[in-house]
Amino acid sequence: MTRLFLLLLIVCFSAPLLAVEVRQFAGPEEEQRYENLVRDLRCLVCQNQSLADSDADLARDLRDEVYKMIHEGKSEQEASQFLVDRYGDFVLYRPPFKLQTALLWIGPLLLLLGALAVAGHQARLRARYAGEGLSADERARLNALKNRLGE
Amino acid sequence: MRFLIPLIVFLLLSVFLAIGLTRDPHEVPSPLVGKPAPAFTLSRLDDPLRQFGSEQLKGEVSLLNVWASWCTACRQEHEVLLALAGRGSVPLYGLNYKDDREAGLGWLQRLGNPYRVSFSDPDGKVGMNWGVYGVPETFVIDKRGVIRYKQIGPVTEDVLEGVLLPLIRQLQAEEATA
Repeated sequence: MTRLFLLLLIVCFSAPLLAVEVRQFAGPEEEQRYENLVRDLRCLVCQNQSLADSDADLARDLRDEVYKMIHEGKSEQEASQFLVDRYGDFVLYRPPFKLQTALLWIGPLLLLLGALAVAGHQARLRARYAGEGLSADERARLNALKNRLGE
Repeated sequence: MRFLIPLIVFLLLSVFLAIGLTRDPHEVPSPLVGKPAPAFTLSRLDDPLRQFGSEQLKGEVSLLNVWASWCTACRQEHEVLLALAGRGSVPLYGLNYKDDREAGLGWLQRLGNPYRVSFSDPDGKVGMNWGVYGVPETFVIDKRGVIRYKQIGPVTEDVLEGVLLPLIRQLQAEEATA
């Protein structure tokens, strides 16, 4: 009975081990380059996951491909270009700056500038009217209105 | 008039968001459209000793459909593909993607075979070069062997009549040496 229980325990805890991919790297630097890449590339199947996170079949294939290229001594640039050539800029979490992505990159800055312009305008308006009180004529009209509403 | 500005901004934003809602985020535009079809040589599904090479796609407008026996959406489009093959207006090739040969042949035998030729890509390497990320996918290839369109997801009656066939007719009218 105890043996069976132990066996069960082993089976339970061995499953996560199988999920880990064993890869051989020439050194920690190469491993780091691989890790950086798969974390910065996007999986096309589960679109909110990186290649590193995704369990999709295609993600595994693409990780293999990235590993192969890094292991062969290709640069990170070359490896991500390989994927961009096939799947487009979509695979990059950091899309390159070009005409189609210009709004994406400059948009927040434009919004900030717009907001600052509006705030500046408001501040100037407020400053212009801040010093002025009501004229005697205006005060009389205000009081007349107040009295009418009070009745 | 100034009070209209927020309204206008809101309406603009709504229009953009509404357009966004009509788009399917799973349809990632392919960078391969307008480029020569990636070269490959694969063994035929029906006869592994015979090869099929991508240069055989040149010379006429053709469709390349990526399918697999494990793919449920492929079953959805199968009737449409069979009907298309019945008309004989355009050759349809099948890339049997990450599939077991027996399973693939069984599927064709059971459901009918719309393909002129199917070829096996058991490890998905050719699929990767073609930027395949979700089966089924269908490529329209012109006479020069250039990919002109990629349909992601099943070919429905609407897609066939509204998009694929008009494009195919247009490409068939083009000069082969253009």
